[in-house]
Amino acid sequence: MTAQAPRHAPSPAPRRGPALARTGEADRAGSGPESPAPGPESPPLRTVLLGPGADLPGFRAAVRGLVAAGVAPEGVAFASGAAPGLFAPAPAPAEGAAVPLPRAVADLIAMVVPHRDPERYALLYGLIWRILKGERQLLEVGSDPLVHRLGLMRRAIQRDLHKMHAFLRFRRVPEAAGTERFVAWFEPEHHILEAAAPFFVERFRALRWTILTPEGSAIWDGEAVRFGPPGRREAVPPGDGFEAGWRDYYESTFNPARTNLRAMRAEMPKKYWHNMPETAAIPALIRAAGTRTAQMIEREPQMPTKRQPVRAVAAMADQDPASLDALNALIRRSEPLVPGATQAVLGEGPVGATVAFVGEQPGDQEDRQGRPFVGPAGQLLSRAMAEAGLARDRAYLTNAVKHFKFEERGKRRIHQKPTAGEVSHYRWWLDRELDFVGPKLVVALGATAVLALTGKAVPITRARGPFRFERFDNRFQGFITVHPSYLLRLPDEAKAEAYAAFVDDLRRVEALAQDLAS
Amino acid sequence: MDEILARKLRILADAAKYDASCSSSGAPKRAAGKDGLGSTTGAGICHAYTPDGRCISLLKILLTNYCLFDCAYCVNRRSSNVRRAKFSVEEVVTLTVEFYKRNYIEGLFLSSGIIKSPDHTMELLTRVAKSLRRDHGFRGYIHLKSIPEASPWLIEEAGLYADRLSINLELPTEASLERLAPEKDGASIQGAMAQIGSRIAEAKAEHRRFSPAGQSTQVIVGADATSDEALIRKSAHLYGSFGLKRVYYSAFSPIPDGSTILPLKAPPLQREHRLYQADWLLRYYDFTPDDVAEATEDGMFALDVDPKLAWALKNRHRFPVDVNRADREMLLRVPGLGARAVDKIVRARRHTSLRLDDVARLSSGLKRARPFLIAADHRPTGLTDRLDLRARLAEPAQQLSLF
Repeated sequence: MTAQAPRHAPSPAPRRGPALARTGEADRAGSGPESPAPGPESPPLRTVLLGPGADLPGFRAAVRGLVAAGVAPEGVAFASGAAPGLFAPAPAPAEGAAVPLPRAVADLIAMVVPHRDPERYALLYGLIWRILKGERQLLEVGSDPLVHRLGLMRRAIQRDLHKMHAFLRFRRVPEAAGTERFVAWFEPEHHILEAAAPFFVERFRALRWTILTPEGSAIWDGEAVRFGPPGRREAVPPGDGFEAGWRDYYESTFNPARTNLRAMRAEMPKKYWHNMPETAAIPALIRAAGTRTAQMIEREPQMPTKRQPVRAVAAMADQDPASLDALNALIRRSEPLVPGATQAVLGEGPVGATVAFVGEQPGDQEDRQGRPFVGPAGQLLSRAMAEAGLARDRAYLTNAVKHFKFEERGKRRIHQKPTAGEVSHYRWWLDRELDFVGPKLVVALGATAVLALTGKAVPITRARGPFRFERFDNRFQGFITVHPSYLLRLPDEAKAEAYAAFVDDLRRVEALAQDLAS
Repeated sequence: MDEILARKLRILADAAKYDASCSSSGAPKRAAGKDGLGSTTGAGICHAYTPDGRCISLLKILLTNYCLFDCAYCVNRRSSNVRRAKFSVEEVVTLTVEFYKRNYIEGLFLSSGIIKSPDHTMELLTRVAKSLRRDHGFRGYIHLKSIPEASPWLIEEAGLYADRLSINLELPTEASLERLAPEKDGASIQGAMAQIGSRIAEAKAEHRRFSPAGQSTQVIVGADATSDEALIRKSAHLYGSFGLKRVYYSAFSPIPDGSTILPLKAPPLQREHRLYQADWLLRYYDFTPDDVAEATEDGMFALDVDPKLAWALKNRHRFPVDVNRADREMLLRVPGLGARAVDKIVRARRHTSLRLDDVARLSSGLKRARPFLIAADHRPTGLTDRLDLRARLAEPAQQLSLF
């Protein structure tokens, strides 16, 4: 079997993973004489002929055959990309079994095969041989000359890939019917086109693009990458509508006072420049840098020519919402932190109310109607307030979180408790709201309200009753009780007692409020 | 691209270039959706380098360089005579998308002068990020410079769309801030940093998205009299208290139309370089701020030796270190050995006894490490006691002052 024609079909060979442990594709490799084991004196040299470029499947098949035949690295030579007929045709080797290798070794092989160095296959086979002969941990020994050299080759490939991802420039080509294609010419140092392509797929999935290189091309039409024959630089249009703007940006972002050409060239070697439109600006930038810096330093500071915008500066600090209405307008405009809610549910009640109630978050009914405490729990609260002698319309009612969060189950929207992070997200608004309302007593209904008002988790059962919310520096007194929805969830036999205790709490609230109001 | 947009781009890129950060790293890996655009790779990509040796990764621009603040070190302060311009939200979105499609950039780094009010400005910045994400399915990198004077709920919203939020400290002390940046206030800067820090931590714990690449800041070096030691201690505090990802040090650079209260001369760029090296020692080499302080002379790093070497020269009694036996912490203290080289050494010596030429294959800094190391075939003979050791290892002074 002889050299392969360039393979343009998308290679099914995975770039990562235990490549050599896969089966198949053995027919792609050629190998030398059929003599099973080389004699001790003058081992006949086998020559393995691989396809041009990065022939991972061919190499894999060759390794299987060679390992199966027990051929040591000294007994084999690898050649690639040569025209058929240069070597004596040899029968295809018997297909060997998959060679078990550590994952890290398989990864290294896949990375190094695209290297331009003709010795790469021999070096890799040397590594495989030593690992199979017992040095399983060989890759850990970075000081070993072979491991070191292969490490350098891997680095070179990584760098080449990275530079291709970084320095390739697309130009737009209008195509029929208002569609567009982006085309680029790039000259990688190694055989990396196939390895580099997935990056562009992930990034430009919605675009159509073509990458041309001297060794092959990659074409993306939205479904799959096709690898084709070598491209020509002339196939790329000579310019693009945004290139001048990009060069403007490149020039403007350069700081002449920090010129450091060595650092630039180390990262962006000159060989890449001719395919990067912005680099045309470099010579002029360097020429002018010295003068520009000197001018900056020499120029005397000048008095501002425009009048100082005194009034604008004064007005700038005046950005806080000035009233509860202004704050509510902001809240109404905001989007829910967790998407889904129909609208923000604002607090309700008179500014200056003596008592403010803080609940958890709006529920299904509240979300639909845009008012707080109108669902089942809200109705229970109203009933309990009435029994305790608290007038609902004279109290201020609001929630710690302003948007309904739920999970959809069939047609029902099941309430989901807000997380601590969500509560702190909404806390700024609650604080301002309470500033504007100015209650003398704030009642926290349930754990979420307590969390919003204290900034930490406090066990309700133990803290129930009067409480000091330290965060607010005694601007109002506090009281903690359960959330009415808790009562709804209790089993029937426990409900009555819990409800009575809740009404008792509200009576204490009413008594406190009477004291504070007088 | 029309000439008006190009003119704005020139002005607003020029106005943004004094921000050192251009990093596109740290975002979780993302790929473009079916109709979307953009991806993030985790490590970030530098798409070009300018002749100042700095990388272009993001389209780094200001939304506007009109500004009501009057910070002396800033080229865009209200009392400066620079040319002004203002992008619309749509213009920034278009530039980002079109540059991105041509593979010029990894994403956007957007900052702004303060116009009308901090809240108004912050809202505009957030609208750009939101439009990119929502209208264009943009999954590339977005870094928003937050405005610490803006209302806290606006910062909350910005974090939903940005990969990174940053607030520039600019001046390391309250006194300098008062003198050079009268509208700024240290407490509100630190308050906003704390807010962002805790929101990032909460979101991470709750698997929500909020500025997933963390927050960073920048301090200007050489615009006031703050010492290197004080800068590093400040950074250690910022890393510890607010969970910052990076502190950038930007050597004060002469600006066109500079203010009279600034020093006339820029500090040597080498000073900035030394600060980055010291910062690295804090973050990757287990140095404490006190260790780093030991590497200074009167609070300043020497320009001709790096901080790690300076520390080693002052602690010669702790060397030489046996490359085959010393623990990782001590190997990290050897001048010339990087963190990755140390990891390779620790791995390799499990299987073999390392000689000097082995170390040479594991580290590119052997020349500097040699006097501090014992290897299987090498023992420095009193080299650490030699008085001329510093001179032998110091770098030639003219480095980095290029022209």
